[in-house]
Amino acid sequence: MNNLVVFPILLPLLSGISMFFFRDRIRLQRKVAVNGLLATLAVSLILVGMIAQNGVQVLHIGGWEAPFGITLVADMFAALLLTTASIVSLACLIYAFHSTDEAREKFYTYPFLMLLVCGVNGSFLTGDLFNLFVFYEVMLIASYVLLSLGGSKIQLRETIKYIAINIVASMLFVIAIAYLYAVVGTLNMAHLSERVAEIGQDGVITTISLLFLLVFGLKASLFLYFWLPGSYSAPPPAIAAIFAALLTKVGIYSIIRMFTLVFYHHPEVTHTIMIWLAALTMILGAIGAIAHWDVKKILNYNVIVSVGFIVFGIGLSHADALSGALFYLLHDMIAKALIFILGGAMISIAGTHNLREISGLISHHPALGWLFFLVALALAGIPPLSGFVGKVMILQGGVEKQFYSVVVISLITSLMVLYSVMKIFINGFWGETILSEEEEKSTGRGILIPGSILAALIILLGIGADWAMVYVEQAVEVLVNPSIYINAVFTQP
Amino acid sequence: MKFTDTILQTATRVLVMIILTYSIYILFAGHHNPGGGFIGGLVTSSALVLLAMAYDVRTVRQIIPFDFKRIGAFGVLVAVLTGTSALFFGEPFLFQVFAEVDLPLFGPRELATAVLFDLGVYFAVIGTTITIILSISEDQ
Repeated sequence: MNNLVVFPILLPLLSGISMFFFRDRIRLQRKVAVNGLLATLAVSLILVGMIAQNGVQVLHIGGWEAPFGITLVADMFAALLLTTASIVSLACLIYAFHSTDEAREKFYTYPFLMLLVCGVNGSFLTGDLFNLFVFYEVMLIASYVLLSLGGSKIQLRETIKYIAINIVASMLFVIAIAYLYAVVGTLNMAHLSERVAEIGQDGVITTISLLFLLVFGLKASLFLYFWLPGSYSAPPPAIAAIFAALLTKVGIYSIIRMFTLVFYHHPEVTHTIMIWLAALTMILGAIGAIAHWDVKKILNYNVIVSVGFIVFGIGLSHADALSGALFYLLHDMIAKALIFILGGAMISIAGTHNLREISGLISHHPALGWLFFLVALALAGIPPLSGFVGKVMILQGGVEKQFYSVVVISLITSLMVLYSVMKIFINGFWGETILSEEEEKSTGRGILIPGSILAALIILLGIGADWAMVYVEQAVEVLVNPSIYINAVFTQP
Repeated sequence: MKFTDTILQTATRVLVMIILTYSIYILFAGHHNPGGGFIGGLVTSSALVLLAMAYDVRTVRQIIPFDFKRIGAFGVLVAVLTGTSALFFGEPFLFQVFAEVDLPLFGPRELATAVLFDLGVYFAVIGTTITIILSISEDQ
């Protein structure tokens, strides 16, 4: 039993709820939000340390032991994601202070941001499949609010689509859970893993696993990404940044968890499907990214490409590729938050998201320009930045498993990604300066603190990859040996 | 919208009392029998909605002069803090204890911390339900 495990859920929840009592005191709300996230970050770091020393940490909520109660399980994988998610949401929150208008702030932007983080952290920690669904809902309902808050026409239009698609996905999720329960009679993930291994993953269970892949694929925008480019361009930039950095990653987390812990017996079926879906995702996402001349759309399609790439790494079911995918997942959370923050700042300065009407921003905003250049290189995987290590490991795994065509696709699409972000850089920052400092729609200063924190992390994660890899490998050890996870859940009091 | 229906209003006065009493009964029955904070909260909200329908929204606001969003938040806070209090005794989150107590009027009863949690749920449900219904009905 380790009560610390519940704190990454508890702290954002409590700070978010307490803000309802001082709705008009924006400054106090900001302080509470920052402190809540800093505390969450501290707890996540302590958890990483504890797990590195003592292995997987488990909390049986209310003292009801597995498989009867709900169990929270913090393994290294979850703890690393928690840490990254806290840093990223902190950066997005600080950017939100500058980029959110007062009306939105008064209508509960910060409380719902905290509830979103609560849902995300809960999804990472839970060891129970139905509880995962519940935390998904917490996260999604907060995201519905954040997406529609403000009520502009485009927001309402996109929110309706977003809610419709997510309700269908949630319904399928419950159906899949019910099917699985009908076959194996349990929902505790460790118990599921044990039972599926006992009775063997037959055709029925494999079919159910594909239903789960469909559900998580919808959330993670794996191939079923059609809702993403529209929805993510609707909300204010800080909200879009936190969506891009966290929401699809929860879907990816669930794919990794379910397909390494429970449905790992027939990789020739499930994982092969995953790889080809990933390849299609990469191709279609990259085409979208180079086709558009709209800053928001280009960035949104970039989210899709990286989802494809990470899932390719998962699908290879190869320990090194999995380490690569995990590393790339951590990198991508940071890099996507950063590029969305910077893109949001560009748009707010220029007052338009049409790339053809933005030009020469670098003369008044050198910091913004160079940060953008840095993150563009990181996204393309140029050494020594953080995208490189993960990319190399996934591609090596791909070559070893002889998926040459998908390796080629990922190389080409990463070039297309580089082209698409360089297009923003060249058109937006180079060229003639159209706007004088007085004509600019905002100062764009809000990006400096969050931007430099995230950029520093990208560089550190790239240079200190060896150091970070120690932790990533500990995470992968649990993923490739489900027995470690199962033992922790059933033997710890 | 001013809506007057004498039969509905007269019936409401009686019905609201019955519904509210029943909702409190359901709330406290929930520990071992069917019921609990969620269903109790829904029944209470139904009484308030009936009031709002028979009279108007302003009457409900006069009877309960609190912001319902805060009532909801208060409920969640109570529920979470009840769960958190277990941590100070070195027990897992949401751990519950109960004791047999001989109360003066009620006789021997079981007092459980789960009831506090249920009270939190009760307020959270009232807060959210009424917020949703009132904001839809007030929409111009």
